[in-house]
Amino acid sequence: MFRKMHPPATAVTIFVDGQPVSADAADSVAAVLLAAGVVRSRNSAVSTSPRAPYCMMGVCFECLVEIDGEPDRQACLTPVRADMHVRTVPA
Amino acid sequence: MTRAIVIGGGLHGMSTAIHLRHKGVPTVLLEKNVTGQHASGVNAGGVRRLRRHPAEIPLAVAALERWMNLPSLLGRHAALCGFVAGVGQIAIAENDADLRWIEQRAAEVRTLGWTHEEVIDRAELRRLVPALAEHCIAGLISRQDGHAVPYLTSQAFRLRALELGVELHEQARVVGLDRTADGWRVIASRGAFEADLVVNCGGAWAWQVAEMIGEHLPRTYFAPSMMVTARMPRFLEPVVLGIGRKLSFKQSETGTVVIGGGINGTPDLDGDRADPRPERLPISARTVCDLFPIMRRAVIVRTWAGLEACMPDEIPVIGPSIVAPGLFHAFGFSGHGFALSPVVGALLAELIAEGRSSLSLEAFRADRFNSTGQA
Amino acid sequence: MNQCDLAVIGAGPAGMAAATEGARLGLDTLLLDEQVAPGGQIYRNAEGMRPGDFALLGDEYRRGAELAAAFRASGAHYEPGSTIWHVGADGTLGVLTGTGARLISARRVILAPGAMERPVAIPGWTLPGVMGAGAAQTLLKASGQVPDVPVVIAGSGPLTWLIACQLARAGVAISALLVTTPADRIARALGHLPRALRAGGELLKGIGWIREARSRGIRIVTGVTALAVQGEGRAEALTFTTASGRDSIPASIMLLHEGVIPRIHLSLAARCRHVWDEAQLCWKPETDAWGATSLDRIAVAGDAGGIMGASAAETLGRLAALDAASRLGRISTVERDRTAEPQRAALARHTTVRPLLDQLFRPLAGLLTPDDDATIICRCEEVTMADLRDAVAQGATDANCAKLLTRCGMGPCQGRMCGPAVAAVIARAQNVPVEAVGTWRIRFPVRPLPLAALAALEGGLDAEPEE
Repeated sequence: MFRKMHPPATAVTIFVDGQPVSADAADSVAAVLLAAGVVRSRNSAVSTSPRAPYCMMGVCFECLVEIDGEPDRQACLTPVRADMHVRTVPA
Repeated sequence: MTRAIVIGGGLHGMSTAIHLRHKGVPTVLLEKNVTGQHASGVNAGGVRRLRRHPAEIPLAVAALERWMNLPSLLGRHAALCGFVAGVGQIAIAENDADLRWIEQRAAEVRTLGWTHEEVIDRAELRRLVPALAEHCIAGLISRQDGHAVPYLTSQAFRLRALELGVELHEQARVVGLDRTADGWRVIASRGAFEADLVVNCGGAWAWQVAEMIGEHLPRTYFAPSMMVTARMPRFLEPVVLGIGRKLSFKQSETGTVVIGGGINGTPDLDGDRADPRPERLPISARTVCDLFPIMRRAVIVRTWAGLEACMPDEIPVIGPSIVAPGLFHAFGFSGHGFALSPVVGALLAELIAEGRSSLSLEAFRADRFNSTGQA
Repeated sequence: MNQCDLAVIGAGPAGMAAATEGARLGLDTLLLDEQVAPGGQIYRNAEGMRPGDFALLGDEYRRGAELAAAFRASGAHYEPGSTIWHVGADGTLGVLTGTGARLISARRVILAPGAMERPVAIPGWTLPGVMGAGAAQTLLKASGQVPDVPVVIAGSGPLTWLIACQLARAGVAISALLVTTPADRIARALGHLPRALRAGGELLKGIGWIREARSRGIRIVTGVTALAVQGEGRAEALTFTTASGRDSIPASIMLLHEGVIPRIHLSLAARCRHVWDEAQLCWKPETDAWGATSLDRIAVAGDAGGIMGASAAETLGRLAALDAASRLGRISTVERDRTAEPQRAALARHTTVRPLLDQLFRPLAGLLTPDDDATIICRCEEVTMADLRDAVAQGATDANCAKLLTRCGMGPCQGRMCGPAVAAVIARAQNVPVEAVGTWRIRFPVRPLPLAALAALEGGLDAEPEE
C-alpha cells in the first residue's frame, strides 16, 4: 500500500513471518512492513480483529509485533537491522 | 427502631451494611472518597484460606463458603466479581528452609483441626504449576482457594448495597462523633447523621475515627504496591505465593499477570492516595523472573498502590469499642481482608443485632493492644 | 550519565532549543528522546533531508536541520533511543534503552514531548488502512514513502491541507479531501484576521496550501460530518454525510485528522497540576511564563504545554532553559529576563495567529462521542461507546472509575488514544463540563517496561528497607 520514492542508500534483508523482505536500513520496522505490502500487522489482543500501524509515532501501540522473539515491540519506534526476525502472528 | 451508620465504603463497610439490611436495620454508609478506592478495589484479589494466621482460619473457611455461594449475598451482581473457584493457592518452597517451614506449618494447621492445607511434592507442584522454575522443590496448597477481581467485586457489593436500600453518601468524610441520648451523632462533610449504632470500617483511617471518641488504637498503615503486565498466553491457573520472599502472583482471566506481595510504596494518608516506588519494585521483578522463566519476556504496563491499616500482630480489629457502647470496629485487615469481607459483615451484623457472633471474635478484640499499641 | 543539572525530554524544536541553550548557559545538560535521531515529529529526519526533499515538504523544514546542527555542536549530552517510563516530582527519571533500565537524577527537568494527533473515534477506525494524517507525513519525511493507492484525507486543521499538497506533489492520487471544518467558522475566524496578518508567514502559508490543493484539482468536500469506515478485514470505503445526504468514497488508505493536542502522560505521571484549555479543547499542564509547572523541579516547553506550533516551541524551549539556569544559580534573574527579551518578542510574533487557528479548527461538539454505539472508543481493549455508557449508568463518575469498570485505558497505550473520548462520553452522560471529569491517574511505567529490565534496574534497591 506504500511505495518508496527513492531506492535505499543501504538495503538489508529482514524476515517477516519467515519470509525474506528487502528493507531500507534507515527505516523503522513499521515503515518496512507497510512498504512490503503488509496489511494486517497484528491481531487485537481482545478479539483477534486485524490491526495495522495508525499513528507512526509511538502513541497508539497498534504496531506491536514480535521482534527477534520479544513480543509487543513497537515497530514504528524500532529501526530495522539486518537479519531481524519479525512476526506478525505468534509462531 | 435501631438505625446504623457505617463509616467506610470498603468491602467490610459495604458487607456490614448489606448484612444489616438483611436484618432490616436502616443503614447509612459514609465514604470519604469513592467505594473500594483504597484497598478493597486495588489488592491482589486472592480468596484464600492458605497461610492464614490461626485466629483468621475459621473466618477464612467460612468466607470461602460464602464466596462459593455469592448469589445469596449479592443477588444478580454475583457474577460481576469474576470469582474463580477451586484453582488453588500454593506457597512455593524454593529451598530446604522453605520446605521446613511448610512442613511445620502443615503440622500446626492439622493440630488445630483443619485439613485444607496440604504439602505437595515436586512432582505434584510441577503438575499444577508447569511454568514454575526448576529449582522449586515443594509447595503448600489449599486446593479449593481461588481469586476474584477486586474492583469489580467492590462494584458488585456497592450495587447490592444500593439495591437493598443502604443510604450511601460518598465524598462524605466523618469529622466528628458525638454521643447523644439515643446513640450517636456523626458529623460528616456532607452533613450530620444520627443513629443508635456506628460501625467503624475506616481502614487506614479507622484509628482517626476511634480517636474521635477517645479510643486509642494502633495507627499503623502501609501502602502495598502492585504491578500488572500486558496480556500473555495462559500459563498459570493457581495463585502462587512466595515463602522466603515476597510474592503474590496470579494470571487473571484476561491473561494479564498481577504481581503483588507487599512491596511498600509511599502512603499519603492526608492526601488520600498512595504511590508505588520504582526503586523498590526490582526486588519483586527479580523474584518473579526467578520463579517463572516465562516472565522474562513479560512487560509491565501499570503499577499502583493501596492504602490500608496494618495492625502490630497483623490481624484485624473486629468487635465492640472498648470505650463506648454502640460502636463497633472492623478494620486493620493488614493486607489480607479482601477474602474475608463476606463473612466479617455477617458476623458484625449478628453481633450488633443479636449480641453474639456465630464465630469467635476473641482474637480480634480492640483491647488486646497495650498502652503502646502493641498486641 | 546518571546525574545532570538539566534533563530535557524530547528532541523536537522545543527540546533541541532547550538543550542547546542549557548547554550554552553552562548547565550539565542531557537530552533524552525515543527516536534514533533529533527532530521530534515536526522535524522528523531533519538531518537526513536532501535538497530535493524541501520542494516536496516545504522550506520550513530546513529549520529542523539548523536546530539539530546547533544542538549537536552545543556540548549537551544526547541519548537517542531512550524511553522515559518514570518522571518523579523530585527530578528522578526512569530511562529505558536497548541495554536496560536505569534511574537518573536531574536538578531540573524540561518535559518537551510535543503533541499527538487528537484521537477521534469513528466507526471502523481500527481497520488496517486507517491512519492519522500525521502518520502519512512521518512516513514521507522519515522513510520517503507514499501511498501507492488513491487516498482519502478527512478532517479539519492545517495538516489536512498540507498533507494533501505534499502527497499530491509526490504523485499520489487523492480521491478527496473531506473537510469537517464548519463553513460558518471561517466568517467568525476572519474577525481575528487583522491581528493574525501581523503574523504574516503562518497564515499566508496556510492559505497557500489551500490554494495549491484547489489548483491541483483535488476534490474538496466541505460540511462533512458522520465519517465512518467500511470494510472487511481492512478499510475499503469512507462514508460521510453532507448537506446533500450520505455519500461514500472507496479507499484502502484513509488519513484522518482533527488537530493536535499536548502529550500529557509525562506531566500527569509527575503529578503536575493540569488545566483545561477551552479554546483548544484539551488538558495541558499549568505553567507560568517560563514553562515552570506546579512542581519545583519540572518545567514544560513546546506543544506539550499547549499547542503553539514549531516556531513558538523553539522560543519556549529557550525560555525554559534560561529559567532553569537562573533557578540553578548559573545566571541571575536579571540576566535571565534580559536574555529572554528577544525570545519573548519572537514568541509573541509566532503566536499571533493562534487564536484564529484555534477558533477556525475547533472540533465540533459531539466530535468525540460518535452516535454509533458500537464504535470502539478504547482500541486496545475494544471498549465501545455502549460499554462506556453502561459504566456511567453503573455509577462511574470519572475516567478512572470507567477504566476500572470497563478496562478502557488499561491496554498498552495507557489511555492515550481513548482519554479524550472517555472523558467526553462521561461528561455528556452526566451533563457536566469535560474538565469536571478529570484526567487519568497515571503512574509509572509511563511506557510499557519489560519486567526483565525492571529486574535489572540500575539504581534500584537490592533489598527492601526496614520501616
